[in-house]
Amino acid sequence: MTASDLLNRLFMAVLTLLGVAVIVFCLLRIVPGDPIAMMISPSATPADIAALRAHYGLDLGLPQQFGIWFMDVLKGNFGTSISQRRDVMELIGERLPATLELAFAALVFGVVAGGVIATLGTLARRTALDPALDFINGLFLAVPDFVWALALVLLLGVFWPVFPLSGRIDPTLSTYFHTDFYLIESLVTLNFSAFGDLIAHMVMPMLALGLPLAAIVVRTLKEALAEAMVQDYVLLARLKGMSPLRLVLQEALRNAVGPTLTLTGVQFTFMIGGTVIVERIFSYPGLGNMAIDAVINRDLPLIQGIVLTFGAIFILVNILVDLIAGWLNPRGAVHG
Amino acid sequence: MTQPLVAIEGLSAISTRDGGAPVLRDVSLTLEKGEVRGLVGESGAGKSTIAKALLGILPSTVKVTGGFIRFEGRDLLAMPRRELSDIMGRDITLIPQDPQTALNPARRIEAQLTDGLRLKLGMSKAQAHERALQLLDEVQIRNPERVLNAYPHELSGGMRQRILIASAFALNPKLVVADEPTTALDVTVQKEILRLIRRMQEAHGTAVIFVTHDLGVVAKICDRVTLLYAGKVIEDGATADMLTAPKHIYTSALIAAGPRYDRPNAGLEPVPEAVFRQLRAEIGIAERRV
Repeated sequence: MTASDLLNRLFMAVLTLLGVAVIVFCLLRIVPGDPIAMMISPSATPADIAALRAHYGLDLGLPQQFGIWFMDVLKGNFGTSISQRRDVMELIGERLPATLELAFAALVFGVVAGGVIATLGTLARRTALDPALDFINGLFLAVPDFVWALALVLLLGVFWPVFPLSGRIDPTLSTYFHTDFYLIESLVTLNFSAFGDLIAHMVMPMLALGLPLAAIVVRTLKEALAEAMVQDYVLLARLKGMSPLRLVLQEALRNAVGPTLTLTGVQFTFMIGGTVIVERIFSYPGLGNMAIDAVINRDLPLIQGIVLTFGAIFILVNILVDLIAGWLNPRGAVHG
Repeated sequence: MTQPLVAIEGLSAISTRDGGAPVLRDVSLTLEKGEVRGLVGESGAGKSTIAKALLGILPSTVKVTGGFIRFEGRDLLAMPRRELSDIMGRDITLIPQDPQTALNPARRIEAQLTDGLRLKLGMSKAQAHERALQLLDEVQIRNPERVLNAYPHELSGGMRQRILIASAFALNPKLVVADEPTTALDVTVQKEILRLIRRMQEAHGTAVIFVTHDLGVVAKICDRVTLLYAGKVIEDGATADMLTAPKHIYTSALIAAGPRYDRPNAGLEPVPEAVFRQLRAEIGIAERRV
């Protein structure tokens, strides 16, 4: 990707986010449900309700509401949460790191596990292991993240309770963190008791989100590797005495990784969506979990802020994937 | 030393996929050191199967049912895998057919050209680099440093084939198997590549098995020719003898079928069906193999 391509993509990203803002704003006003009704006490008079409405600007016309909100967003102000009475940016800032850590861990797990299994499967071509692997992987492909979450709760939380069932960190640990990136911070500050506890809490939601990704990586990567392994350049390298593992990793992998990378990017954005339900199941204090609360409370500014944040992540991931793809494939890359 | 470099004796093979149809029928031929031998025939004649057998890369669908391939007196078909992989890539190397697919698009030329030097000879990176520069000079590539640093897609087809030739001769092999190395190239580039293979072969004293379906190519480069049909050796001899005084009717029909530059308007003359009938009768097959 050239610099002008990148600028182009960033420009398109801004346009896309603008579209997302309009759509989410309109949708939320079409869907029934009144945020004020969730806040008032039963003894409130119609005058109280009208005052509250005016306070949140809900008495204004829709275009006017959108204009005020949008101008504020451009200034970096996402408004105040109606249910929590706190700044939306601040709330998102507190929760997003937890979700990013979880999603990134699941991504790393899915790619590494999938990559290793695909490599082993490629080395085991024409043995009995190969079809067995495909069969098992087919089963894994069919199980979605929330089913994994429930199965893991039963397996590793109830029958064989090795991992904590809920939360992000043991509250009795009383560790003070300076940032909201607990996992990274505990690693940087070499606080291994906190790190271990964070990992233990993360294992199950990470597996729930990462296993479907791993299955997809295995499927696409193995297919692409099989195609690459019969190329003449692999044959020549084999004749020159290259070991089977190096043939896969050095000769085939870089030529086979393209489709997997693209699909992983798409899948990663699905996975961010999946965090909503998986975080809920494990009471993991991330952005997804907060999104459900926000919807239940009809907390319009908070929902808008969260959706815009998710949208920005989707777009950034897609640009990143294209950058990596260009870097991996010298034919598409810029030389200089 | 009177022992030939390669002696194929009574080699027979069948295709397990094709209901056990024979792909090689009692093939025998010998190759002396430093000799260029053409293996000629149409598709399915068995020339590629012989080449693959020499390289130890027969597909799993081909089963050898009899015979030997002796390389310096040792039977390649009965050799333990380890010894075989010692010989392959060092004493026996390959110039592949298509330079578009024979170079890894994701690796720089230097890495691919020096693989064999580093893996088989244990050269250091710096030694291999020096040797790679020499090799590129031998195959007449200017700007060797730039080429070593390039990716395959930055080079022309002829350039890539030169690199593959350099790579095939890098370890001073005793035998190079050239699998239709000019088929994928322009006619003008073909001529240069043929000349280059011949020169490299003479300089290194290497024997070459040249697989082709093109008698014109054979005339330019080969000392001796083996003509195959349906897995059977039809005629075998010195190139000049065979082209000027063919013994078999199929050979003369093939020569007559080639384009004639001295008579450009004469048109092409296909090999008559009667010749194929005679061939099938001689070999003992009912159907013409395609």
